[in-house]
Amino acid sequence: MRDVFVVGIGITSFTRLEYPLSEIAAYPAMAALKDAGLRRVDHVYVANMGGGRVNHQTGLASAVVDTLSLTPAGAETVENGPASGASAIKEGFLAVASGMHDVVLVTGAERMREVNNLEATDFVATLTHPLAEYIYGVTLPSLAGMFTRLYMDRYGVTERHLAMVAVKNQNNALLNEFAHLHQPITVEGILDSPEAMTNNPYVAEPLRFFDCCPVSDGGACVILASRERAEALGGPLVRLAGVGQATDTHCIHEREEPTDLLAVRSAAAQAFDRAGVAPSDVDVAELHDAFTILEIVESEEVGFFGKGEGHLALERGDTSLGGRLPINPSGGLKGRGHPVGATGVAQAHEIVLQLRGEAGERQVDGARVGFTCNFGGFGNNVVCLAFVRES
Amino acid sequence: MSVDLEKILRPVDRPMPPFPPKHVTVASGEEMVIRQVGRDEIPDILPFVGPLMYVERDFYDVVAARVYSELLAFYRHRMQDEYVLVAQIDGELCAVVNGRMMTEDVGMSLHTLAMRRGLRIGAHAFAAKMEYHMDILGQKEVLIVAESPIGFRRWMIEYNLEKRFDVPHELGGVPSWALTKDLFDRARDTLVVGRRPVPDDLLAKAEAGILPPSDPPTPPEDLLAATRSLYDPTGTALVLSRWKQEGKVGG
Repeated sequence: MRDVFVVGIGITSFTRLEYPLSEIAAYPAMAALKDAGLRRVDHVYVANMGGGRVNHQTGLASAVVDTLSLTPAGAETVENGPASGASAIKEGFLAVASGMHDVVLVTGAERMREVNNLEATDFVATLTHPLAEYIYGVTLPSLAGMFTRLYMDRYGVTERHLAMVAVKNQNNALLNEFAHLHQPITVEGILDSPEAMTNNPYVAEPLRFFDCCPVSDGGACVILASRERAEALGGPLVRLAGVGQATDTHCIHEREEPTDLLAVRSAAAQAFDRAGVAPSDVDVAELHDAFTILEIVESEEVGFFGKGEGHLALERGDTSLGGRLPINPSGGLKGRGHPVGATGVAQAHEIVLQLRGEAGERQVDGARVGFTCNFGGFGNNVVCLAFVRES
Repeated sequence: MSVDLEKILRPVDRPMPPFPPKHVTVASGEEMVIRQVGRDEIPDILPFVGPLMYVERDFYDVVAARVYSELLAFYRHRMQDEYVLVAQIDGELCAVVNGRMMTEDVGMSLHTLAMRRGLRIGAHAFAAKMEYHMDILGQKEVLIVAESPIGFRRWMIEYNLEKRFDVPHELGGVPSWALTKDLFDRARDTLVVGRRPVPDDLLAKAEAGILPPSDPPTPPEDLLAATRSLYDPTGTALVLSRWKQEGKVGG
């Protein structure tokens, strides 16, 4: 397989956007084309989860490729739940690595704020098992709440650890001009003060309001190219060095050990193996913290810390900016926002920014190896990516 | 002659006991003081309400326009039995809420205008307003409406308000919802929180002056206007963009 490089990146603000879904996908693509110095690409992949259901927009890739005046490039939409973004990048990676195409554009977009929060929650819940979960009223927050309770009982994670993740990531988002949340929070304000229960009520106990990511609109884009094209373009050489994907049972209750996220473990191992790097080589990571507990658990499953030790690393400050392995410097899903189809691409956007040394106030010094984990379903379809800076 | 006419035009307020100030720790960890303001402080508030009339997002424009008129009417003695509470952090104006006593037993909630978002500041200020009606004025129920979906979630859903659809609300004549004493009591300690007395230094800072909001809501940015114009054969986006530059339309 050929080496694949990220030659262009672009992103929109993650917030409520008053534009059609196709434009939310197109704007970051225009920015990425400009960033790469390109006018044409061979193929376009559009990551999106809910256009058909939420925005009455199907055939999104066809709309986007025309909006961008990139016809007659091939174009298709990739839907893999909240992991759609990284899945689309994986498809782009395969297209370039296989030699089928030299330059592909991967853009992810979602416009979830077109409906209210209840409808948005219901829309995301459609990824659960229709007969064993959804019809009983299961939502992603409720699944995450049950998962968190079990994890706390088994490994000693407390609500304070969850609050520490929330504070870390939401405050990282203050340094990201594209992030959805720009309000600083403190453990005092959301956990310890007499008014904390009102400021931060339970959503799905033990998960509270600030443990959950916001519902966001937004888009992000990366452009992938072969080594020959990347070197000709002359920009910084950031290689998409490893891709991994794995699945797990659709229903959590069918897993032998519900607190194990085997798909995360497997996808990460594949990505590291293909990239030829180890978890200990990673300088900066973006993990899928749709709920604060997920950052802790994923940090263990991908191999950064031992099982049951993620919260201890958090306590030591290892995962903070300035720590040994900063996680979610962009703010993560918690602070940057979570337009589901765009998230995996936004994670890649942040890592490329970091490896280029262009992340401004949230720059991780000397970052050379970066990693992303995009978590689909409740861990039933996971895509991990490993990036290495070559120049 | 003009003095006599003013006597007719100016309503005579019923006596209303003052709202005792309280303080709340918000999610940012900052201490927010909620206190009542009199007519003398209204001119200090109006300049920060006015710009929000042009924020076409989450009905800020409608709410701000109405709040402006209600505060002005209060200041100029053209509204009866009105009160105004403000929420401040280090003196910064974070929210304005107001209402009035409709009868001895029934309160009329007017508006809640949050000027910092994402920290439940508006919700705390609204709760203080309800506390004033129930605990200080001793009323039996408060009539409420929401102009935005956010308000509907905050008031109608979180407080589980009762329908009073046969009673038109003073805001737009729309059907009212009601917070009863029973519903209010159920919300105590969960939605209605805060501590008294306010430490002297906090209160002194709040009363020293109303400082401008540090991060007020702003109109949606038309980031894509230029991009859209490329694909807009009618040129609407370009025309709109030019009109904005020329001040012919808001934003």
